Amino acid sequence: MEQAPATIQGLSYRFGPNQPPALAELTAVIRAGAVTGLVGPDGAGKTTLIRLLAGLLLPGSGAISIFGLDTRSETTRLHRIIGYMPQKFGLYEDLSVMQNLRLYADLQGVTGSVRQQVFARLLAFTGLEPFQSRLAGRLSGGMKQKLGLACALIRKPRLLLLDEPSVGVDPVSRRELWRMVQELVNGEMAVIWSTAYLDEAEQCDEVLLLSEGRLIFAGPPRELTKRVSGRCFQIRNIAGNRRRVLANAVQRPEVQDGIVQGENVRIVLRAGAGRPELATLAAGAEARLVPVAPRFEDAFVDILGGGPGGTSVLAAAMTQVADAGPITVEAQGLTKRFGDFTAARDISFAIRRGEIFGLLGPNGAGKSTTFKMMCGLLRPTAGTGRVVGLDLQKAPGQARSRLGYMAQKFSLYGDLSARQNLEFFSGVYGLSGARQKETVTRMIDIFNLGPHLQVAARELPLGFKQRLALSCAVMHEPAVLFLDEPTSGVDPLTRREFWTHINGLVERGVTVLVTTHFMDEAEYCDRIALIYRGRLIATGSPDELKGSTANAQLPDPTLEDAFIELLRQWDNRNREEAA
Amino acid sequence: MLSRIRALIIKELLAMLRDKKSRFVLIVPPLVQLFVFSFAATQEAKNQTLAVLNLDQGRPALSLVQQFAAAATFSRVLHLNSAAEVPPVIEEQKAIAVLWIPANFSRNIESGQPAQASLLLDGRKTNTAGIVQGYAQRIMDDFQAGLAGGMRAEGARLVVRNWFNPNLDFRWYTVPSLVCILTTLISLLVTGLSVAREREMGTFDQLLVSPLHPLEILVGKAVPALIIAMAEGTFMVLAAVLLMRVPLNGSLPLLYASMAVFLLAIIGVGLFISSLSMTQQQAILGAFVFLVPAVILSGFSSPIENMPPWLQTITLGNPLRYFMTIVRGIFLKDITAALVWQLTWPMAVIAAVTLSTATWLFKKRME
Repeated sequence: MEQAPATIQGLSYRFGPNQPPALAELTAVIRAGAVTGLVGPDGAGKTTLIRLLAGLLLPGSGAISIFGLDTRSETTRLHRIIGYMPQKFGLYEDLSVMQNLRLYADLQGVTGSVRQQVFARLLAFTGLEPFQSRLAGRLSGGMKQKLGLACALIRKPRLLLLDEPSVGVDPVSRRELWRMVQELVNGEMAVIWSTAYLDEAEQCDEVLLLSEGRLIFAGPPRELTKRVSGRCFQIRNIAGNRRRVLANAVQRPEVQDGIVQGENVRIVLRAGAGRPELATLAAGAEARLVPVAPRFEDAFVDILGGGPGGTSVLAAAMTQVADAGPITVEAQGLTKRFGDFTAARDISFAIRRGEIFGLLGPNGAGKSTTFKMMCGLLRPTAGTGRVVGLDLQKAPGQARSRLGYMAQKFSLYGDLSARQNLEFFSGVYGLSGARQKETVTRMIDIFNLGPHLQVAARELPLGFKQRLALSCAVMHEPAVLFLDEPTSGVDPLTRREFWTHINGLVERGVTVLVTTHFMDEAEYCDRIALIYRGRLIATGSPDELKGSTANAQLPDPTLEDAFIELLRQWDNRNREEAA
Repeated sequence: MLSRIRALIIKELLAMLRDKKSRFVLIVPPLVQLFVFSFAATQEAKNQTLAVLNLDQGRPALSLVQQFAAAATFSRVLHLNSAAEVPPVIEEQKAIAVLWIPANFSRNIESGQPAQASLLLDGRKTNTAGIVQGYAQRIMDDFQAGLAGGMRAEGARLVVRNWFNPNLDFRWYTVPSLVCILTTLISLLVTGLSVAREREMGTFDQLLVSPLHPLEILVGKAVPALIIAMAEGTFMVLAAVLLMRVPLNGSLPLLYASMAVFLLAIIGVGLFISSLSMTQQQAILGAFVFLVPAVILSGFSSPIENMPPWLQTITLGNPLRYFMTIVRGIFLKDITAALVWQLTWPMAVIAAVTLSTATWLFKKRME
């Protein structure tokens, strides 16, 4: 009988004797000729499992065999049949694409005439042929991943391990990576693809869903989504405020989970529960409840016991933003040049008070540059950025005191305790004495930080880290909130809780500017600006963008489809103009 | 504004003291330096082996050998029998020097003719060989005086007395210098690393989007570094006085006042490095690129007067040069306030230059 690419038997692993298990009692079989998705939020144990499979870590208890080879005793033989691409593949940034390939071929002992054939095949496969002499450091995120993949494929492994290959890769390159992996699988290779993006799970043939080191599901993704089939609905034609409808909906006992999807609200009902009365949701007379196809994420939330509920205690404690004009954030002809490279060209937009505005775009397109200019981290070469009417260049201190900022990976001081972080950030925003004490206490109460006050921020559980970061960002009651990929890699429950707070704050008149890679997160936006090649190429609500790209083949595009289509259209237009 | 800076300073000190690695950087290097410089980096020649090839059986030759053997420098004496044994002894580093007394040595002395003995030194150990040569010269002088004393009652004699360090204890010289070197190292590391660490963790952006003015951020970085470096300086002063028994003759207030000015100059350099480096590694490299030449050009290991004139001019911009002189002056000879002032104002000028350059670069890098 043909041996399975990987058999995992009762595997447990901990990083230290006093640490909680990184993986506990895991048993699974990986099939050949299939993409197995290793799915779960950050910290679920994906990387640990991949490193165990690659023989870089040895199992604490239990065993792994790869094509019958035990990872404990037969590491050398094992390394000849697996390809491994870590999160940050070890590309040498100062070497060209070709030099990187040659180096890895040398390391893996692929020489002579075979080598030229392998290179030709891989370059054609990855579409890197035209870029052979480009330095790896100069490649875009997507191209780097493709080169990494090529290097991992030099020996034509039988089992390919990919650790979060799609992180930092824009949707276009992401699709290409998927296409490439699909081809490999057709060639009988077994591929393990780890990801925190739950929508990627649906594309896998098989899924291992991890949560806090435990395997909570193994099998084809359809089997998992089956458990919520018939329970997923969209509330369409909402007349009033969809954020309020969502808040009302998730408070109903029959609704276990809900999110905003453009103009609509998506809800998942509890098992066996009837449909909620639309009249109780204040969705307007026209509103309809439309059944929709279940998604992987719905099922994941279902396993975890449903979403976090609807109201934001944080927003309830904030005062209404009163003193800001109707336009709170404004970009006028923002341009940034680095030497002769124009990272952002003549970008203008205006965000209304209480609006959620999203900046989307592929990596390196100028999205971050624009974002940084708007919060005063970069000085624009030309143009102005205004926050509550204050020019960020002329009155930086005043303007900054009105904005709150929260970055990816929660930039807290990891060595400081939760309380010390709160005290520091309130102090920096000019709170002192009794007012400071009162604000800090209020934040502690709101977020139930009490039991964790003495713990260093880095040791906090992820959910609490996010709460702490959010409270540090809003303690001074900012009129505008800047969020830089706020929930990437976070589990769906924590993400929902976060957006509940953001939605609540928006109801209080806070304006939100957010950059994101998550299409899910983009759906929460009132309007989206698409930034590509340093220009703003489209603005509109998520539904407008989807509508503008709907055609006969794709009548109901997702936001990701729309995104890719808009970039393609722009490229075509400009090619014609150039020609 | 003051409350904001206060928040920054408290945060900085807490972050430093709560982090294991930072605590390590603050505690271990001072101890290591203290012990390395005090015990290992000795500038004396002790425990050396002397080889003797005495081809003369006369009394003067014997007494010369005895005088050499009695010197504290030579703990072991190796007796050789023939000229053929000399080269291997030096080559195999069995002895630092060979005292070679020819057969006619005693005869010549007794007949009042010039007598010659030779000393072969291992030139590979330039430093030790030099010191041994000095000792040997002194022994020869004593030997000669002894001979002369036998013949003439009176003769001119040079009496050497070392002021400020009567026994020429090298620790009196190195340990006070450590106050200077160590505070430099700590303040460079603290300022250089803290900004880079914040960059790595992403908290720096968080600071930059807050209403803090860049100048406030700089003050918030400089003051904690000053506090910590002063504390380390105090530790070294205490260690010098209590542990190493180095006398402290001068005024402590003068020492601390000049130390503050000196540290500001160094912190300016540290901030300059930190605004250039994106990672902690770069910051450490940057710190050492400054530290090593600064120490060498401070007069610590070789006197500035012996350097070529153009290099001497360069040392005028080195704050360590001035503070090194002040520290030694205050420890060993109670230098006057006027002299301290003369050495302090150039450091104040340097501090003004480094701090304002750092501020300028810091603002510029934000664009």
